[in-house]
Amino acid sequence: MKTNDIILQTVTKVTLFIIILFSIHLFFAGHYYPGGGFVGGLMTSGAIVLLLLAFDMKTVANILPIDYKYMIATGLLFAVGTGAGALLFNAPFLTHAFKDVYLPLLGKTSLHTAVLFDTGVFLVVVGVTMTIIQTIGEDE
Amino acid sequence: MIEIIRIIIIVLILIGAFLSLVAAFGVIRLPDVYTRNHAASKAATLGVMSVLLGTFLYFYAEEGHFNSRLILGIIFIFMTSPVAGHLISRAAYNAGVPLADVSVQDDLKTKKGSQVSVNQEKP
Repeated sequence: MKTNDIILQTVTKVTLFIIILFSIHLFFAGHYYPGGGFVGGLMTSGAIVLLLLAFDMKTVANILPIDYKYMIATGLLFAVGTGAGALLFNAPFLTHAFKDVYLPLLGKTSLHTAVLFDTGVFLVVVGVTMTIIQTIGEDE
Repeated sequence: MIEIIRIIIIVLILIGAFLSLVAAFGVIRLPDVYTRNHAASKAATLGVMSVLLGTFLYFYAEEGHFNSRLILGIIFIFMTSPVAGHLISRAAYNAGVPLADVSVQDDLKTKKGSQVSVNQEKP
């Protein structure tokens, strides 16, 4: 019998944005509240897994044409780059700095280089999780 | 005013706990997958939603802290929990899990056109 997944697909389309927004919130809240790159990355990959459950793998590869192995490499490059950037300023490896910056729209914002390191963690976690799940999934 | 809000919070949390308990009793006592799923996905959803609403009101009234994540959680559970129940029920039906002995009507089976008479699965 041909099954009809319209309820699952519609609810996925609505809830996906809530999950993605919540994962971004977790990612940026990581410095002052519980959260961070790891949980945010896991939740983002959870949203993509929900897409994979509701639609099939070819559709999701059409929506998000990302090779997740490159994503792992980019994340590791972010982490090493923020560590090595400290060497340029004559500081030890992985020394982080922050600065209060006046941005045009956001006002006074404290920008910290640990966020870039966290971006690396985020990308690696999303990449590793999606690589594992897609490798197991497309077992044909 | 604060006392009224406190009473509302207490009532909401007690109602939520009571509904979750009712859902647990329903899962234990009801005869087949579909009725258990009915109890679990309805009563537990409303129970968890009222517990979350009580928690939200507590932190808003007592601490002055507007926690938007609780509101998002209420919306999220309200959207996803019935869909989860629907998917579990449908998977059970497609896998051929029989209805309880006391059930007399199976419209989906006649609509699928495989068998005309109802309640043929249980001999």
